Amino acid sequence: MDVINAMQPDIWASLPDEVPSWVTHKRNKQSVERTLNWLDSCISLKKDGMESGLGCIVGGNSVEERGFCAQEVAKRDVSGFCLSGFGLGESAEERGLLLEAIMKNLPDEKARQISGLDLPEEVLQAVSAGIDVFDSTYPHSLTMSGLAMVFPLDMEECLSGRTSENANDVGSDFTKINLRAVAYRNDTSPILESCRCYTCSKHTKAYINHLLNTHEMLAQTLLDIHNTHHYMNFFQAIRNAIQGGYFADFKAWFASRRQAVNEGILVSSAA
Amino acid sequence: MALQFEVLARFNRARASRLTLPHSQCETPLFMPVGTQGTIKGLTSTQLEDIGCQIILGNTYHLALRPGADLIDELGGLHSFMNWPRSLLTDSGGFQMVSLLHLADITEEGVTFQSPVDGKPMLLTPEESIAIQNKIGADIIMALDDVVKTTTTGPRVEEAMHRTLRWIKRCINAHKRPTEQNLFGIVQGGLDPQLRDTCVKGMVALDLPGYAIGGLAGGEEKDSFWRVVAQCTAGLPEDKPRYVMGVGFPLDIVVCSALGADMYDCVYPTRTARFGTALVPEGVLKLKHASMAADFRPLDETCSCMVCKRYTRSYLHSLVTKEAMGSQLVSYHNVAYMMKLSRDLHHSILEGRFPEFVQGFLRKQFPQGDVPEWVCNAMEVAGIDISMCCAPLK
Repeated sequence: MDVINAMQPDIWASLPDEVPSWVTHKRNKQSVERTLNWLDSCISLKKDGMESGLGCIVGGNSVEERGFCAQEVAKRDVSGFCLSGFGLGESAEERGLLLEAIMKNLPDEKARQISGLDLPEEVLQAVSAGIDVFDSTYPHSLTMSGLAMVFPLDMEECLSGRTSENANDVGSDFTKINLRAVAYRNDTSPILESCRCYTCSKHTKAYINHLLNTHEMLAQTLLDIHNTHHYMNFFQAIRNAIQGGYFADFKAWFASRRQAVNEGILVSSAA
Repeated sequence: MALQFEVLARFNRARASRLTLPHSQCETPLFMPVGTQGTIKGLTSTQLEDIGCQIILGNTYHLALRPGADLIDELGGLHSFMNWPRSLLTDSGGFQMVSLLHLADITEEGVTFQSPVDGKPMLLTPEESIAIQNKIGADIIMALDDVVKTTTTGPRVEEAMHRTLRWIKRCINAHKRPTEQNLFGIVQGGLDPQLRDTCVKGMVALDLPGYAIGGLAGGEEKDSFWRVVAQCTAGLPEDKPRYVMGVGFPLDIVVCSALGADMYDCVYPTRTARFGTALVPEGVLKLKHASMAADFRPLDETCSCMVCKRYTRSYLHSLVTKEAMGSQLVSYHNVAYMMKLSRDLHHSILEGRFPEFVQGFLRKQFPQGDVPEWVCNAMEVAGIDISMCCAPLK
C-alpha cells in the first residue's frame, strides 16, 4: 500500500495470494483466507482521499471457494472486483463454472475486472459471464513474435462475403499473420485493408517484413500500434454488439470461425 | 542536375542557402539523420516530419543486402518502400570500406565485401554502386570513393585519392537518372593539402551538382580536421552545396558552417541516444547518471520538442538502456536538437547575426571559457571574433 499510496492511481487492486489451478485443496483454502486478510489490511492502509480499490477474488479451481471468496469480498468496502488466478491452467469449461460461481455473488452495480485472459474467445466468454474490464499483454506478445492481429471484427461484412481471407502461410490463421514470412517480402498491402491505424495507413507488409529481418526497433513500434489498435477495436465491436442486442450472435460467429480453423483448414499456431 | 542551390545570405565564408531537391525544399546549413537500413532507429516517418527533417540517409551497402536493390526498385524506390515523402540521400558503400575493412578487399575494379549477414562475397564497383543507387531512387547519390582511414599515412592515401578521381568518372558514366538524382563527388586526399588540392580541382572540373568532403571524422586531430575542411570549402564552387560527411558533433557543425560547409550527416545523435546521452546546449546530459534519478526538469528547458514538453530527466533515466522507449524518446529529442541547430545556423546567417549566434553557442558549451584551441584557430580563419568567449591566456 506504500507503493499504491505513492503512485496515486485512479484504480488499484488489493494484493491477492494467487495460486494456480493444480494446488491442493488446503493450499487453495489458505489462499482465500489470506487474500481476505490482505484485502482488509489494504483497505485500512489506504491513504485518506484515495478511491476504494478493487477487491481480489481467488479460489483456484474450486467452485465452492470461488463462491465463498466472492461473497466475502462483496461485503467489504470495495469499488469493484478483480478476478484473480485465471489463465493459469483451467480449461474453458472449468472457467465458465468458476465465473458463474463468482458472478452470482457479486452486486450488479460494481465493476468486475479480470487478469490473465487474452485470446478473443476467452474475452468473449468472460464478457458473457459479466466481466467489464480486462488487462492483457496479448497485443504486445504478438508483436514480440512478429505477428499482427487480423481477425475480422465486422460480423455483417464478413457474413456477406465482402471481406477476403488472409491466411496463406506458416504460423498464420485467421486471427493473426506472421510478418516474418517470406511471402510478405514484396507485399505492398497494409496489414489489414480495413484498419485505420497509423501502421496500416502508412506502411506495407513488405516494409515491416524488412524491419523484422533487419532487427530494427521500428518493427515493434509499428506492430504494437496496429495490434493495440485492433484489440481496442475488438472491444468496441463487443460493446456495439451488446448495445445492439446481438452479442450472442457475435460470440457464436466468432467461435464458429475458430472451429473451422480447428477442423483442419490450417495449422493454427499456439496462441 | 536535379537540384537548385541558392545562397540567400553570407557571413564571410558561412552561407545560408536554399536547396531544392526533387522531393523537398531545404534550408542549409542542415543536418541529415542516418537511417542506414531504411529506418531511423525507433522513429516513425511522421515523427521525423514533425521534427523537421528534410533529408535522411540510407546506406547502399546495407540496403543492397537487405531487402535488396531489385526489391526496392520493384516496390517503387526507397521513398515508397519506407513511405518517406521528403528527400533521401544514399551513401555509396564507400564508408563500409573503412568500417568493414576486415571484410573488404579493394582493387581498381571495386571493393569485394564479405557479407556480414551470410558470408557471401559482394563486389561493389562504381558501376554497381550507382546501379543500386539508381534503383533505390534517392534525391542525392554519392560516388563510390576509395576511402582510407584518416589515420592512415603513406602512399595508400595518394593511391586512394587518384582512384577516387578515376572512379567518379566511372560513376558519372554509369548514372542512368541524372535528371532525377544528383550525383555528388567526394573529395579525398587524407590530411595532405597537396592531395586534397589535386582532388578538389579534379572534382570541380567535372561540374557535378554538389560536392562532399570525405575521409574525415575518423579520429584525426581536430586541428587537422578543420584545416582540411577550410581548404576544401575554399576550393569548391560557391554556387554548389558542400557536404562534410560523418559530422557530427554540434561544435564541429558550427565550425564547419563558419568555414563554408552546408550539409552534414552522422549517426552520433541517434546512437548516443541509445546509450542514454541527450544533446543539450551545454553539451551532453548523461541520463544514466545517478543524479538524473531525481531531476524533474525536462532534458532542455529551451527545447520545444515533444519529449521536452512531456517528460522529465528522471523518467528518462529510468528508461534509458533498459526500455526501447528510452532510446526512442532520447533519439527524438536529439534529432530535434540537431534540426534546431540547423535552423539556428541558417537563420542567424540569414538575419545577419551569425557571429552572435556562434558566441552564444560557445559560451553555453564552454562556460569556463576553455574553448579548444582548434576552434579558436578555425574561427580566426572564418573571420569570427570569439575572444569574449575564451578565458584570458595565463
